[in-house]
Amino acid sequence: MNTVDTCGMSCPQPVLMTKKSLIENPEGIDIIVDNNVAKGNVQRFLKNAGYNAAIIEKGDVTVIEARK
Amino acid sequence: MKDKKGIIIAGGIIGIISVLLVHFGNPANMGFCIACFLRDTSGALGFHRADVVQYIRPEIIGLVLGAFLLSLKNKEFASKGGSSPFTRFMLGIVVMVGALVFLGCPLRMVLRLGGGDLNALFGIAGYAAGIFVGVQFLNKGFNLKRNYKMPAIEGYVFPAVTVGLLALLIASPAFIFFSEKGPGSMAAPIIISLAAGLVVGGIAQKTRMCMVGGIRDMILFKDNYLLLGFISIFVFSLIGNLAFGFFNLGFADQPVAHNDGLWNFLGMALAGWGSVLLGGCPLRQLILSGEGNADSVVTVMGLLVGAGIVHNFGLASSAAGPTLNGKIAVAVCFVFVGVISYFNSESLFKVNAKASAE
Repeated sequence: MNTVDTCGMSCPQPVLMTKKSLIENPEGIDIIVDNNVAKGNVQRFLKNAGYNAAIIEKGDVTVIEARK
Repeated sequence: MKDKKGIIIAGGIIGIISVLLVHFGNPANMGFCIACFLRDTSGALGFHRADVVQYIRPEIIGLVLGAFLLSLKNKEFASKGGSSPFTRFMLGIVVMVGALVFLGCPLRMVLRLGGGDLNALFGIAGYAAGIFVGVQFLNKGFNLKRNYKMPAIEGYVFPAVTVGLLALLIASPAFIFFSEKGPGSMAAPIIISLAAGLVVGGIAQKTRMCMVGGIRDMILFKDNYLLLGFISIFVFSLIGNLAFGFFNLGFADQPVAHNDGLWNFLGMALAGWGSVLLGGCPLRQLILSGEGNADSVVTVMGLLVGAGIVHNFGLASSAAGPTLNGKIAVAVCFVFVGVISYFNSESLFKVNAKASAE
């Protein structure tokens, strides 16, 4: 699965990176986020774009698995 | 839907508190204005000598500490920084130039409209246009690169500094300047301003309220979450102003405003474009400063220094309109923002992208 690492990027980069990567990999990607703002924004974007999002907490970061 | 309700309520509370602050003594349509209040604070510290706009605004202190305390409680406080700091500093100056040519930050722009000041419509049109231009660069890969974890203490320094500012305000030693006339002399009692700042700081931290994010996310993602907050602040400040009898519809004789439509438009276009590049409006930068983000602290320092430059160089507009110096500065800042936008956009400036590929 393709992974997008958004750690340390300021608004709205995490969502932009997610959007861009999903255009290239429409079946799904994993997105790594390191703060709640990015997490919330990416989740909201995925919902609006019709993807399911599974959340896996991994210490300092969160992995969001976006699947059709 | 639940979070949308949250941001609408948040906007409502901010709109009403803003009107209450005017009721308690703040200048008209200036319950909150991040640009004006940082400008007043800059003057109080003697960074400029415009004697009508000097006061350590407790709202600023409250906003930072409100965000700081809530982020600690939420476990969202994190010391980080290192994302193009000097570019952010300069963009802070640019945003202040644009805001003070218009006469208000994006938040005050909305509050001005809620008070019936139709000049704000030119500001909003310019703001949207500036955001639109900034978004074009975002789509070309504009970014200021990643931030990194900093030593824990880094994030605590700025909130501590604001506590120091509060001490200076209360002690008011001779070297701190306080306006005896003009907008700087008009203020709600310290305790009310501080409490208002704390509440709004907490709300903005919780909801991520941002005056640039609303229009930006609508253009980029058709996401209306933040725009609802923007609209809610307008609607509730309008209701509050009508209720208190502050509402005064028109273009002429509006408080702390001028009616040169072109420069209202261009000032906010500059502020909008700069804020998109920074990833948030001046309010949002203050909130992030409280959450441990050193890049936002650097941006706030840029705003503060920018305010000093704006008044020392005669760039700020007055009720009579923009100044020649102000117009030249806006033009210079547009060139600067254009250069910054181009050279940080990965698909426009490919050498840069290749060299920094990780």
